[in-house]
Amino acid sequence: MLDTQAASGEDGYITPDGRKIGGVAMEMRNITLRFGGVVAIKDISFDIRWGEIRAIIGPNGAGKSSMLNVISGFYHPQEGEVIYKGFRRPKMRPYQVARTGIARTFQNIALFEGMSVLDNIMTGRLHHMKANLFQQALWWGKASREEDENRAQVEKIIDFLEIQHIRKTPVARLPYGLKKRVELARALAAEPSILLLDEPMAGMNVEEKEDMCRFILDVNDEFGTTTVLIEHDMGVVMDLSDRVVVMDYGKKIGDGTPDDVRNDEEVIKAYLGVAHE
Amino acid sequence: MTATVDADAALAELRSVPALLARNAKRYGMQTAYREKEFGIWQSWTWAETQAEVRAMALGFLVLGMREGDFVAIIGRNRPALYWAMVAAQSVGAIPVPLYQDAVAEEMAYVLDHCGARFVVCGDQEQVDKVLEVRATVPCIEEITYLDKRGMRKYDHSHMNWLDDVMREGRAAETRLGAELDQRMARLTLDHTCVMLYTSGTTGKPKGVVLSNRNIIVTSRNSSEFDNLRPGDEILAYLPMAWVGDFIFAIGQAYWTGFCVNCPESAQTMLTDLREIGPTYYFAPPRIFETMLTTVMIRMEDASPLKRKLFHYFMGFARDVGPKLLDGKPVGMGARLKYGLGNLLVYGPLKDTLGLRRIRVAYTAGEAIGPEIFDFYRSLGINLKQLYGQTEAGVFITQQPDGEVRSDTVGVPSPGVEVRIAESGEVFYRSPGTFVEYYKNAESTASTKDAEGWVATGDAGFFEEATGHLRIIDRAKDVGKMADGGMFAPKYVENKLKFFPNILEAVVFGNNRDRCVAFINIDLGAVGSWAERNNIAYSSYQELAGLKPVLDTIQSHVEQVNESVAQDKMLSGCQIHRFLVLHKELDADDGEMTRTRKVRRRIVEEKFADLIDALYGGKDQIYTETEVTYEDGRKGKLKATLEIRDARVFGAPVMMAAQ
Repeated sequence: MLDTQAASGEDGYITPDGRKIGGVAMEMRNITLRFGGVVAIKDISFDIRWGEIRAIIGPNGAGKSSMLNVISGFYHPQEGEVIYKGFRRPKMRPYQVARTGIARTFQNIALFEGMSVLDNIMTGRLHHMKANLFQQALWWGKASREEDENRAQVEKIIDFLEIQHIRKTPVARLPYGLKKRVELARALAAEPSILLLDEPMAGMNVEEKEDMCRFILDVNDEFGTTTVLIEHDMGVVMDLSDRVVVMDYGKKIGDGTPDDVRNDEEVIKAYLGVAHE
Repeated sequence: MTATVDADAALAELRSVPALLARNAKRYGMQTAYREKEFGIWQSWTWAETQAEVRAMALGFLVLGMREGDFVAIIGRNRPALYWAMVAAQSVGAIPVPLYQDAVAEEMAYVLDHCGARFVVCGDQEQVDKVLEVRATVPCIEEITYLDKRGMRKYDHSHMNWLDDVMREGRAAETRLGAELDQRMARLTLDHTCVMLYTSGTTGKPKGVVLSNRNIIVTSRNSSEFDNLRPGDEILAYLPMAWVGDFIFAIGQAYWTGFCVNCPESAQTMLTDLREIGPTYYFAPPRIFETMLTTVMIRMEDASPLKRKLFHYFMGFARDVGPKLLDGKPVGMGARLKYGLGNLLVYGPLKDTLGLRRIRVAYTAGEAIGPEIFDFYRSLGINLKQLYGQTEAGVFITQQPDGEVRSDTVGVPSPGVEVRIAESGEVFYRSPGTFVEYYKNAESTASTKDAEGWVATGDAGFFEEATGHLRIIDRAKDVGKMADGGMFAPKYVENKLKFFPNILEAVVFGNNRDRCVAFINIDLGAVGSWAERNNIAYSSYQELAGLKPVLDTIQSHVEQVNESVAQDKMLSGCQIHRFLVLHKELDADDGEMTRTRKVRRRIVEEKFADLIDALYGGKDQIYTETEVTYEDGRKGKLKATLEIRDARVFGAPVMMAAQ
């Protein structure tokens, strides 16, 4: 990952709190996405840089989730191209995308409800396991060795996200806030270069939101993970992200630092509403 | 005689905790000294490894410029490295000062400033943040060291170090500073300060209790011998490190005896970790035993009918036989066999679930424990005993010897401790564990400890003539008089109330008044589960506390207590005439309780003065606003209208007076 960063080489920038943001990790060039006659995304271009927290905001139906699905490779746009780690990305299957180092969480939690937290997070390590069926079945050689290594990695994440106390609890029994945290844990277990979070704070109370914010910042700080998130809570977005893309009706209407976006006439009109004084 | 000489000769060698560590590393080198669950696995360190780690840390502290007599504050949850930091500070000649990790920044500022701590060792980012916050007002803090690196990358590190780095530098400095460290350790004597602990302070500011090496080591020796502790014993260190008991159990006794200290993975996993470790020596305040029992009872309610019947049948039987077996009293063959069967079917599995199967000695102290709770554990065959102690005594004043255990006494004087009862009824003691002084507070020292070394406990009590056991009634200063001259002992009544699982906390008022009234806190766990089973909806603690059926239940509890209080002629005036259920839990963050969860009577009285007036006035309900502090230190207001209820009292006090 480090090599690619160096290779993509361009100058980054320094955030107000002193973090160094690297070169371009992914570039969206003139993306247009259509579902039949409906145009979900209209000619959008922006980039995501290594190490930054990038937010996509917009009113309901603006096309944010579609955009995230384009980034994750789940949707392939009809027009435009995605340049990832310096190469144009072809149409891929989801597991192939996962192998390229992109992991995500979902708006409506998509965990295996009957499995324990630990097992759920272990599934995030799947593409780090190379043992064949024979070895797995006999629990022999590579299989058991890999299990140990992966478990160690998973335990680090459990420790990091402070979910030791629910390690063996079936996910179905957990409250919503913790399920969200387990989803984040599973995404992190894949050791992604880009982490996609689809509304990580939706439906949370203030305390849970605060916790989640801290974890997102800590993840970025500790692992240097590039994070792209969609979020409705404006306070959260403005505090958390380095740069924000604003969408409305499938179009990009703003792009810049939280302060730029906050003061942008267009954005205020479209998204925050016109101020009545 | 020879035994004493030998023991004293041993003390001449073992005159500090680092000296005990050196002995243990030699004698029990390969045995496990510490265990901590991290990354899902119990990691362990032998005594020899512990010595190496502590030495590296001590050398690292030397590199940072720690001087003899410096104060080193230690803040964090129970982790081996923080225990080592205390011993490492001692090795350098400095004095460790463990602080309560849940203290808010202001409380921390007072203590740090009072002792003039130059070094602070923090567990994690949360603690570092608090220390940085108070550093503006507390200039004495020079170096901050932290254990958990998470989130610390962006901090200004000019006077901050990761503990691992400190240790690495220490190892590198072995050749340069090793001799200096050895000299400093050799200079330690029994009269050097071992540790300074701040009392939680039921009244006023916390006081720094100075305990010497002699206090700690002699007390640890005596108490370890009293209970026949041995290497190979296991304890779980989960109580606040700032509490004297934790220091005595996890450092004093552990280093004297050479047993293993286990640290849980996090506060929330304590009960799971307890199960995994299965300690042989265990301490818990009554509250924890209560919680465990409540959980068991709730789970039994949900169990299948067969299991429930089995449980109740065998528990009823154990109540008669279990304590007798523990006390070594004669029990018939048939009953023994039946108890064995019960052990196979109920007691064994239950103890396993609770993690108490291997217990040889368990203690509880700090508050009165309900006789039913106490008997429950004893009937399972768990050797639960009571002790009575204080920070100023290095814990032990009295304790119950095996075979003489009862729920209403606190035992006989511990070895080496003299106890006397003053005419006022207050309990005094003198022992080798008696503290040296309150730091920078000669006045308080003089008013607590007299020239001959007798220390006032502040508790009123008496010795039972038949058994020689001590019984504690209440805090001496809380025992007052009713308007009609009868005795007012609030705690006596409160404890009776608190023995009901539905009642978490109670505060009784009535000093110099004609009758008593009470505030009640319901137990969210017990009452909540009751509400759930009866399909009663509630959305908050406040709402649950105000529900009519809840108030009815509490009222019946209060009346039961009144009935039992009425039996006691001396105290029958303490019956509760009116009560209300508080809309919030009493909380240490709001100053209503100490960190050890004892009610600060005076503060509660001031804060809820409007409610007390309403209780004594004739009103049926009262509207009130209360300021609360959230966990992050922000403040908010709680509004509520509380219902006031009259409770039935028994045996008219007026008639008693006439007689």
